[in-house]
Amino acid sequence: MNRKSLDNPSDNSLSRVDGAVKVTGTATYSAEYVVPELAHAVLVTSTIAKGSITAIESQEAEAAPGVLAVISHLNAIEVPGWPARKQPAERAPVGTAFRVFYDPLIYFDGQPVAMVVAGTREQAVHAASLVRVTYRKEIHQTHFEKNTSKAGIPLNVQRAKNSPFQDYARGDAAALTNAEVRIEAEYTIPTQHHQPLEPHAIIAVWEADDKLTVYDKNQGVKSAQGQLAQAFKLPREKVQVVATYIGGAFGSGIRVWPHTMAAVMAAKQVKRPVKLVLGREQMFTSVGYRPYTVQKLTLGASKTGQLAGIMHEGTGQTSAYEEHLERTVLASRALYASAYAATRYRLLPLDVNTPTWMRGPGDATGMFALESAMDELAFALKMDPLEFRLKNYAESDPERNLPWSAKSLRECYELGAEKFGWKNRMQEPRSVKRGGMLLGSGMASSLYGFHRHPSKARALMQADGSVIVQSATMDIGPGTGTAMTRIAAKVLGVNAKKIRFELGHSALPDAPGQNGSSTIPSVGSAVHVVCEALKSKLVTLAGEMSERFRSGGQPVVRNGQVFSSGEDKEGINYSDILKYHQLKELEVTEESKSGAERDQYSMYSFGCHFVEVEVDPLTGEVRVTRVVTCADVGTIINYKTARSQSIGGVVGGIGMALMEHSAMDHRFGRYVTNDFASYHIPVHADVPPIEVYYIDKPDVHVNPIGSKGLGEIAIVGVAGAIANAVFHATGKRVRELPITPDKLI
Amino acid sequence: MEPDRDAIPPDAENEDRRFFLKQSMFIAGLSMAPADFLQAALAPDDGPVGNAVKVKLSLTVNGKRKRITIDPRMTLLDLLRENLGLTGTKKGCDFGQCGACTVHVDGRRTLSCLTFAVMQHGAKITTIEGLSDGEKLHPLQEAFIKHDGFQCGYCTPGQIMSGVACIREGCAGSAGEVREYMSGNLCRCGAYPNIVDAILEVKKEGLKV
Repeated sequence: MNRKSLDNPSDNSLSRVDGAVKVTGTATYSAEYVVPELAHAVLVTSTIAKGSITAIESQEAEAAPGVLAVISHLNAIEVPGWPARKQPAERAPVGTAFRVFYDPLIYFDGQPVAMVVAGTREQAVHAASLVRVTYRKEIHQTHFEKNTSKAGIPLNVQRAKNSPFQDYARGDAAALTNAEVRIEAEYTIPTQHHQPLEPHAIIAVWEADDKLTVYDKNQGVKSAQGQLAQAFKLPREKVQVVATYIGGAFGSGIRVWPHTMAAVMAAKQVKRPVKLVLGREQMFTSVGYRPYTVQKLTLGASKTGQLAGIMHEGTGQTSAYEEHLERTVLASRALYASAYAATRYRLLPLDVNTPTWMRGPGDATGMFALESAMDELAFALKMDPLEFRLKNYAESDPERNLPWSAKSLRECYELGAEKFGWKNRMQEPRSVKRGGMLLGSGMASSLYGFHRHPSKARALMQADGSVIVQSATMDIGPGTGTAMTRIAAKVLGVNAKKIRFELGHSALPDAPGQNGSSTIPSVGSAVHVVCEALKSKLVTLAGEMSERFRSGGQPVVRNGQVFSSGEDKEGINYSDILKYHQLKELEVTEESKSGAERDQYSMYSFGCHFVEVEVDPLTGEVRVTRVVTCADVGTIINYKTARSQSIGGVVGGIGMALMEHSAMDHRFGRYVTNDFASYHIPVHADVPPIEVYYIDKPDVHVNPIGSKGLGEIAIVGVAGAIANAVFHATGKRVRELPITPDKLI
Repeated sequence: MEPDRDAIPPDAENEDRRFFLKQSMFIAGLSMAPADFLQAALAPDDGPVGNAVKVKLSLTVNGKRKRITIDPRMTLLDLLRENLGLTGTKKGCDFGQCGACTVHVDGRRTLSCLTFAVMQHGAKITTIEGLSDGEKLHPLQEAFIKHDGFQCGYCTPGQIMSGVACIREGCAGSAGEVREYMSGNLCRCGAYPNIVDAILEVKKEGLKV
């Protein structure tokens, strides 16, 4: 087993290819493009959660200095791709329903109702304060617990018989009912927000009546291009979306949000480029969130610790106008070898904005519940929680009855346990103290489905032997360009410094958005394939240059040269190949996608986390003091950046477990946590040393590079591991996140 | 600390200061003035921006003298980003809660979003763009790359500006001290342990920061 750790980075990892521009402040994010005649927009948002607008008094704002327009449903331009109709009568799939400035209906507090466009930001901010909106209020429902009776099977699941969100059961329910040891528990996670450090921002530029360029913070330039082209009835190539640098997103940039449309509409209306930057408070109602979710887990096992059944029911929050679905209950079907397993998934529509995917969507939520419940059952069985998991290890996928494409979760458990020192753990809760603090340790498993989408990449060998590789993929932070450079350098046998990877522009070859941990599996494969194709061309062209290539040897490439065989001492430089053939450039474009293997194997990334916490017995304050995280994601492309992604996932999990809570004042249906002073995310002082380990064995069935996604499993399970550690430290089981001191004293 | 204003030629400085003081008193007076006086008093040159008058300002940014006329409602952060093209200083929250906008004003770390630009008359501002010596990166910038002290890069300029101050102010003695001191700089990607490693290494090497 290739067990590498990067705690002391000494391998040959690449440092980030965009490191220099990021540390010097010269990387250009969406709000930072220099555009002549730029106007500034500020949103006015609703102050009621349900009802309709009765009047908008904008005269004073319009008369304020510098104001170009006050835009609302009263005067907004028509969006040609929106067929004329009322806002939807029933909940629609995400992305189709809400239309900004379309009609007077209000669906949630914080909904954009008007937008002021002015010459400067200061002018726009002031004028926005002068807009007076009056409403006809209706009674809103935002309280999850008070409305649970209204939860139901999502309409879109009712219509789709093959939906994975249909109720599921395998085996005999009696196995669970009659199990020797059973636990039943309810787990709650509150609404939590992505809150990337960069607020969402867009600069919309109509270069001509039928030509649009947007610099927009999003996670998929191609999908944004398609959606904007459709909305404005333009050919795709007439719309270009640029997002070269993105200041974090974690899911908040997967959709084209109403504010994006608003800026594009405004730019058309005022006939000037328009910049809109959301305020931090607007980030709570504009770009989705991890939905409030209540889950009930019933687990049963024999006295010897054999799982008899798993029943996982989950209800998530959605908006009144769209149905957001996520994988909340699905992991319970696949992770453990349980003859009986059943899941039920429901949605509860409330008068709130629509949730969206947030790092580890569904699984981070579901695995908090499942991994807490597994810990509860292990405790009831008086078994070590790790031993209990190993005893119920699924050697093949119990849901689909397929072999895993690869699974080294057992090695993850062993490696993590060894590095953490798990075997020395006292099983009894509240049995260890250190310096007056209660000390506890907990662990949890992690899993996330494998996603690979068709992707294209182009490779351009330049006359000087350098290479440009392009794909319309994204980098919201993991280091996409660095990983792709690494792949290209390896295949082509050239120094990474001679490679430039270009991304984040819709004019580049098709690629999926950055979500679902799909970038390395999808785009990494395309880059691998296109570089292989370029290599073949170079080898062929070199073969025409020298007799040595006719001896029947297997040509190889290294150090930017082609050799007729491994033994050949004299290589031909790439630059000389192009020169000889009088080529200014050598271009190859290739596509890579999944094949029949998707039906032959079950594909997942796996991992586990071991956490140590200290709890102050007087104040109930929890401190995470040590974390060991271990992942099985096939081949690791670049250790240095992968390790950072794993650390980032753990930090996100610390926030999810201990502090993140978007609290709403239900009298108004409004978040009271609307800034970083009230919505707490982990800071430096909250984060201990985090050890990261990888199994690093290629999964030969998933794609040509043997690599699976890492971003999601880095966070999935972390909250469960922390909750389990808190139980071990205190003897108190907290089933409602976040685990704040009030729940422990 | 007294601002070091040596970089500003004495004459220009006095001229700017006189203008600034005159104008400050003028604005203060306006708040009590009747509306029609307000209209009449505005000279065309200093015409209305929003419902305020423009203000002349002189300051030094990354060693370069800037003399500009601005909307007094403008924050130092917006001045840097929107008017001076220095977008390395980031707007994360605009409420002084995230640290992304940290710059050095007369050598002190300052949240530029909580500072009106007009308050910085005569001040010397250093932003992330002014930290490196031409092409040569500052040791902490180098260390951030080496230790991968960032992912998306958006909080990075603020982290580095605070990190430099952390070392200069003698607060980088241990990992615990750095973590405490740096806790005003949020990072949602969670690069914290790598940032701490970078700061500790630069401190340990004793390089001039």
